[in-house]
Amino acid sequence: MTSVADLMDYDEVVARFDPMLGLEVHVELHTKTKMFCGCANEFGGEPNTHVCPVCLAAPGALPVVNGVAVESAIRIGLALNCEIAEWCRFARKNYFYPDMPKNFQTSQYDEPIAFNGYLDVTLDDGEIFRVEIERAHMEEDTGKSLHVGGATGRIHGADHSLLDYNRAGVPLIEIVTKMIPGTAERAPEVARAYVSALRDLLKALDVSDVRMDQGSLRCDANVSLSPKDSGVLGTRTETKNVNSLRSVERAVRFEMTRQAAILAEGGEIVQETRHFEEASGTTRAGRRKETAEDYRYFPEPDLVPIAPSREWVEELRLTLPEMPAERRKRIKAEWSLTDAELRDLVNADAIDLVAATVEAGATSVEARSWWVSYLMQQANTRGVELGALPITPAQVAKVVALVNEGALTNKLAREVVIGVLDGEGEPEQVVEARGLKVVSDDGALEKAVDEALAAQPDVADKIRDGKVAAAGAIVGAVMKATKGQADAKRVRELVIARCS
Amino acid sequence: MPSISRDEVAHLARLARLAVTDDELDLFAGQLDVILQSVSAVGDIATADIPPTSHAVPLTNVFREDVVRPSLGQAKTLAGAPAAEDGRFRVPRILGEEA
Repeated sequence: MTSVADLMDYDEVVARFDPMLGLEVHVELHTKTKMFCGCANEFGGEPNTHVCPVCLAAPGALPVVNGVAVESAIRIGLALNCEIAEWCRFARKNYFYPDMPKNFQTSQYDEPIAFNGYLDVTLDDGEIFRVEIERAHMEEDTGKSLHVGGATGRIHGADHSLLDYNRAGVPLIEIVTKMIPGTAERAPEVARAYVSALRDLLKALDVSDVRMDQGSLRCDANVSLSPKDSGVLGTRTETKNVNSLRSVERAVRFEMTRQAAILAEGGEIVQETRHFEEASGTTRAGRRKETAEDYRYFPEPDLVPIAPSREWVEELRLTLPEMPAERRKRIKAEWSLTDAELRDLVNADAIDLVAATVEAGATSVEARSWWVSYLMQQANTRGVELGALPITPAQVAKVVALVNEGALTNKLAREVVIGVLDGEGEPEQVVEARGLKVVSDDGALEKAVDEALAAQPDVADKIRDGKVAAAGAIVGAVMKATKGQADAKRVRELVIARCS
Repeated sequence: MPSISRDEVAHLARLARLAVTDDELDLFAGQLDVILQSVSAVGDIATADIPPTSHAVPLTNVFREDVVRPSLGQAKTLAGAPAAEDGRFRVPRILGEEA
């Protein structure tokens, strides 16, 4: 266990050391079927129900590559500005561990389908940082283990383990950066921004659900430190189990402060796999490997090589969507946003939601104000991501329209939104069920106005004397009496008419 | 000079989780050496104009349509498992006590 005393203050870390980053991202493709067989590729499901002789490596079972997965891999490579291999093979990575029933993982070794690319990442202050991509290769995901009998569900101390192979064989693309130098104090931010940009890119390509919380996008962060300006490469650690963008940033920062403290005392960094602990924001050492890894990779004999023709690659290049960075530039101009407003939208992960709301009829100003303020608050209160709120952009646009028609005040509109979020149906149904219609019946309003004027005769006199500003007190009283269900503008008109 | 050492055989045996006795190591190292020597004869005739072969058939780009086919179902999947629990394969403790 690392205590606070074992960490170096972050400012001191960056004054004394240069960090070196390397990031490996695994992304599950959302193809209909697995990589090498026709079993459904679905998250969840009863254990071991998406399993066949190929996933289980039953004798005689033969894998066949999913063509859509290869297309996705090439499109990812192209979007990352990679070269696409003219010829490449799958390889067997041999290891004994029960998460693969085959005792090997079908992967790619020295012949990745895509290599030598880059991704330009926008940092919080708008600066562009280029992250070089080493490779993107195709492989398959492993099964899920449940460790039974240990105190914490961890493998340590477990009595036995239970395996569900539904996920074994799901198409996986591993995207590996080259070493990322020169990030200095911004290393944690660059790491987060890279994973964020990559996630947006993969989402735009529509190749994956990119849900970090469900494991369809996973990041391993390699971090090492070298004494400032020494140019000497330090020993790195690899931190796994980093399941959110925020965790990527925290994990890198933590490793920097931990490693710096060890180095400052003349200690040595152990090259090891570490696990990020979400609750404490720390990393802990994983299992030490007693021997060096020896996976005995060899070409997969059951799968023929892949040789994407240049024509095919160019066809796939034409299917690439507008890249997120370009889209942001366009949206920034179309919606006349400031840098800060755009950043708020990006950080709230709200661009798609706002765009869809605009498409459904709202203006970008109206849509933005709902999503980044009120709905964001609701998401925080309910502890979910903005996009996971049970309200659609169309419903938000409907609420906006009702306000514009004068059927709802802003206050009532918020109540309608709460109703939708609480599962009470469409906005119109909530209005109906909760009785949230604006009181537009002049008869009822006039009565309320008269009562308010009678209750505050001095104010009424002031208005009669031409002090129109005093009308606010009467409007307030009427709004209170009608429980906010009146249109304040109309009430004001009536107050002034009554007093003239 | 043998083409495979006794230590290498011991390493491979460990990777393959094979319990091999000292006597067997001597025996297998000798036998594997004979096999490797025989196979290496291929290297003598390989020239620059003969590319290495990893596949017996001259095919590339054999792809499957992305169409779901029926899986086995849980019962059949687990039918051959030495042990199962809660619809899952049950395996012995993965890490030893010292881990």
